[in-house]
Amino acid sequence: MISFERPAQVDARLQFVREVASGLMREQARYYDEHEHEIPWEFVNLMWERQLTTGESFRSGTQRPANGASVASQTLVHVIEMLSWGDAGIYLCGPGAGLGGAAVEATGTPEQKVRFLARYKEGKPKWASMAMTEAHCGSDTAAIRTTAVRDGDSWILNGEKIFVTSGHKSVIDSDGFMVVWATVDAAAGRAGIKPFIVEAGAPGLSITKLEHKLGIRASDTAVAVLESCRVPLDNLLGSPDVVDLTKGFKGAMATFDATRPSVAASALGIARATLELLKEKLAEQGVTIRYGRPRHLLTALERDIVDIEAQLRAGWLMTVKATWLMDQRKPNTVESSMCKVKAGDVVTRATQKGVELMGPLGYSRRLLFEKWMRDAKINDLFEGTGQINRLIIARRILGYTSKELK
Amino acid sequence: MSGAFGFEPSDEQKTLIETVRRFAARELRPELRAADDSSTLPESATRAGWELGLLPASLPESFGGFGERSAVTGALAAEELGWGDLAGALALMSPNLVALPVLLRGSEAQKQELLPRFAGEAWRPGAAALMEPRYDFDASALQTRAVRRNGQYVLDGWKCNVPYAAESEWLLAYAALDGESQAFLVKRGTPGLVIGDRESNMGVKALPLYAVELRECAIPASQRLGGEAGADVAALLDASRVAWAALALGVGRAAYEYALDYAKNRKAFGEAIAQRQAIAFMLAEMTTELECARLLVWEAAWLLDQGRDGSREAYLAKNFADDMALMVTDRAVQILGGHGYIRDYPVELWLRNARGFAVLEGLAIV
Repeated sequence: MISFERPAQVDARLQFVREVASGLMREQARYYDEHEHEIPWEFVNLMWERQLTTGESFRSGTQRPANGASVASQTLVHVIEMLSWGDAGIYLCGPGAGLGGAAVEATGTPEQKVRFLARYKEGKPKWASMAMTEAHCGSDTAAIRTTAVRDGDSWILNGEKIFVTSGHKSVIDSDGFMVVWATVDAAAGRAGIKPFIVEAGAPGLSITKLEHKLGIRASDTAVAVLESCRVPLDNLLGSPDVVDLTKGFKGAMATFDATRPSVAASALGIARATLELLKEKLAEQGVTIRYGRPRHLLTALERDIVDIEAQLRAGWLMTVKATWLMDQRKPNTVESSMCKVKAGDVVTRATQKGVELMGPLGYSRRLLFEKWMRDAKINDLFEGTGQINRLIIARRILGYTSKELK
Repeated sequence: MSGAFGFEPSDEQKTLIETVRRFAARELRPELRAADDSSTLPESATRAGWELGLLPASLPESFGGFGERSAVTGALAAEELGWGDLAGALALMSPNLVALPVLLRGSEAQKQELLPRFAGEAWRPGAAALMEPRYDFDASALQTRAVRRNGQYVLDGWKCNVPYAAESEWLLAYAALDGESQAFLVKRGTPGLVIGDRESNMGVKALPLYAVELRECAIPASQRLGGEAGADVAALLDASRVAWAALALGVGRAAYEYALDYAKNRKAFGEAIAQRQAIAFMLAEMTTELECARLLVWEAAWLLDQGRDGSREAYLAKNFADDMALMVTDRAVQILGGHGYIRDYPVELWLRNARGFAVLEGLAIV
């Protein structure tokens, strides 16, 4: 059936996050933009407490239901959209298993899931992070050089990872873990790339740098160095077998199918914040948007607003559909990439327009337009750039392998 | 009921989509070029098309139909018809232009009088005169005027792009009454209803469109849509925009599918051109925009079916679909290269048709 009725469970979940977003997050948005890498503890503690008492998740990483349909993923994108409407940088500091946890869910054994994820349901706030990118390779993950060599009951990891979101929080500020993707057999290419759990305090693991960024400055983006870093044998998620493609690299890709809609939702939260403040500020100056009139008769400003509004809605419905498919246990690779592509484009354009349309007010740091424009851009970059996601869509619609369409 | 999202047509709707798609592939698509070249639709488009029973399925039994109107279902069917051929789709759907406004906003007497005519065995054309030949045409600020005089409404003004104006028994004319857009049922042969020349446009050439002049055209007051109380014309425009946007999906999809197929088969420098990112990315964006437009159309249609205000959604969906159709068809021409410009291929025709979506209004309703 075709229906656009938001489930009541989603509405219920939104009440709390709406309050947090419009109160706490909006109020602290500028502060944490100007105090890069400072942890927004008030937000962190509030969300952590909420998770412990209700079991609700606020970070990307929802998994496909084991059986039957659910609304878990749909709920999550609504929550993320709302939190990012509050502030995307602070949202990214939210505690919980997040993307690292999603990798465990996608690739780990049932025993590993329990062993590694239990900590996110008790004690002090904790984070998990995902370490895939290296200085010489971003989207081309088959080129990963970080190595894992077996030594008795351990794996010895060596290499350097960059762009590890919440890397510092996951292993320095908390007793969390980092999922490190490393090759056990360089000759095997992708098949040899495996995820390893490197826990806080692992010998040989250090965070050597926090990046200074254009936006989402509250979020820590770390460089992690692994120097003969020793982890237990069963910290390798899934099978060590290099011919087993189902759990290794494909596991990482399955993770992205689940998390790309979350990135899209975060992007669209920023876009909605921009659109709403734009309309509010314009209304204060007596501008009304004449919906329903032919577009060529509108002012340029009105036309931009209705265009942003349509684009935003389009991206949002695509995002909801991608998660609806996941909740229905149906494949969503294409839709997941589609919503990421669309949301990345929409938020980039909407926020850049936001600055332009408000003139000097838009460019001023007294309002949030300029911050939103800086925050927005990351969404077209991380968890697959817009180009990588176009490539994924193109291969699917054309029926091409990665060799046939490079 | 706690509510739920749903992005899959019902089984019944899927069957309908399949049926309409088969019709479109068999009857509309093969005639596309000949119809455009000759500005004449094959008779089978409306004859065989009518057998699908789309309009009667939207009318209640009390008026001779066998179902219930649904904008969602209408939009699903319109996409398939638009995929076959836009001109043929508009021709087949032209009876809607009179029947659906009467069903949705007509008086009881108007329903009794008119609806059974559109529930019969044979297709009968319908006509709506909304557009006006001005660059600043705006359906909410019509220049055609209606004035109440001696128990009649007198209509005055110029209309353009009126489908089947010369062939329809009834024409629904839109005019401003005290500054508000209203609709009036005008019967063929009414003095002052002057049918002008057939229009000559860049696209949808096979659809008979006419210029119409309403010259002191007096009609009984009972022929105002909705009777004495009048009608919410804005609601009709919503349904019209949904239909128009759904047709744009069909045209866009036709061009996208054609370009995709071409790009996989056309070789250059030793491999298919689709194996180059420049082409592959265009196709990825085309399908993404199509899918986004489809969701906007479905949402707007769903709101209308729920009896909720879907005005803004319908407007935004139409705007988005206008842009999408133009972008997708233009890229289809681009992907075919020089061949795309040649009339041996259908993509130039789809580009010409697609340009019409932002310009034309009121040619369809679901």
